Amino acid sequence: MPRVSFTPNLRRHVDCPTAEVPGRTVREALDAVFAQNPRLRGYVLDDQGALRHHMQVFVGATQLRDRVTLGDEVPAGAEIHVLQALSGG
Amino acid sequence: MSDTLLVASRKGLFTVRQGREQRWRVDRAQFLGDHLSLVGADPRRGSWFGAFEHGHFGPKLVRSRDKGETWQEVGKPAYPEKPADLKDVDPMGREIPWSVKRIWALEPGSEPGDGRLWLGTIPGGLFTSEDDGGSWQMVRSLWDHPGRKQWFGGGADLPGLHSICPDPRDPRHVRVAVSCGGVWVTRDGGASWAASAKGMRAAYMPPEQAHVQEIQDPHLMVACRERPDALWVQHHNGIFRSVDGARTWTEIGQAGPSTFGFAVAVHPRQPDTAWFVPAVKDEARYPKDGRLVVTRTRDGGRNFDVLTRGLPQVDAYDLVFRHGLAIDGSGEVLAFGSTTGSLYVSNDGGNGWQCVSEHLPPIDALRFV
Repeated sequence: MPRVSFTPNLRRHVDCPTAEVPGRTVREALDAVFAQNPRLRGYVLDDQGALRHHMQVFVGATQLRDRVTLGDEVPAGAEIHVLQALSGG
Repeated sequence: MSDTLLVASRKGLFTVRQGREQRWRVDRAQFLGDHLSLVGADPRRGSWFGAFEHGHFGPKLVRSRDKGETWQEVGKPAYPEKPADLKDVDPMGREIPWSVKRIWALEPGSEPGDGRLWLGTIPGGLFTSEDDGGSWQMVRSLWDHPGRKQWFGGGADLPGLHSICPDPRDPRHVRVAVSCGGVWVTRDGGASWAASAKGMRAAYMPPEQAHVQEIQDPHLMVACRERPDALWVQHHNGIFRSVDGARTWTEIGQAGPSTFGFAVAVHPRQPDTAWFVPAVKDEARYPKDGRLVVTRTRDGGRNFDVLTRGLPQVDAYDLVFRHGLAIDGSGEVLAFGSTTGSLYVSNDGGNGWQCVSEHLPPIDALRFV
């Protein structure tokens, strides 16, 4: 099963431990996490379910290409990293 | 008179209280490091609200039921699923995202027995809650109104609904204002809406479109609590007043150093009394001659006092955003906070001001509670 981890900066706002969940795509894996942790969804996705503008997702070392439907495939046992870019003052 | 003020800033929420000898001071700092775009309150339930603008993680809403001791995240308003075949663009062809970008207005409904809250957002959606902010429903009648297609962002990239004025005489009668989308009124609790910005003037448009109601840029709209047909608007192109419940608007030509600004406050009992914090007009946006002043009319806009006592009159470049000027329920206590992080309070209707701090983070919004 894929392993999904979240940026520590998110933990200031919502508890989000690393989770092992089923999923053949990034969408399926994240949906499985959000099913257990509904409040987390709105921090990562916008109202239409797309990845928030300044968030990033990597599958292993590969950056997510489909930021709208999150259809990138996830190999069995892959690491999914949900990250952000800190910026501004 | 209120003795407590909530301050939403770029770096946290501050509670400011009046202590001995009528001096106001920062009493509590919470959520340090996080950007709050708005503070709200529902005196019917005693609930306080804070709206966050987490840059990466999106807008969120928290509520306190113990006067700010503790806060809990509550339901976030969310736009409905956008139909796949729908092309929703502003008049310049830019796509309107169906997602909350900022929570920009939060007001209780007018009827004591009506538990409804109203909430406005960028990019323009209006929401209501019947459960103290626990969950939100979009007011589709306004979002789906054909006139909404004419709304656009002014200084911001997207239109935003920032002012909500429920009529205390009738909970079904609500007035809202949008930058840039004019003033809209419902008289049936939100089932139907009509544009209501007749008389406003948009100098940023070609002359033949300057008076189109749906493209006006009211920066903020307020209504007199006890005379709710009296409304004031600080508009991008000046100050406008209505005495007929927003049906028609009259421009106020002169108001001290400038009629440009973002904020306006109206006295809760005296409809002819209103306050503004002026700035050099619109491409510059700083206090004229570096002198920070508040302007006040007490005769419906015919004359203005320029209030300076206690305010810096040399090298002051504070700008006050639209939610950065607040008045309490008595009409005697006012406060304003600036982009420079300065916070001033007046206990006497603006005649004199005391500086609470010149070192807070940039201030977005104030609310007396």
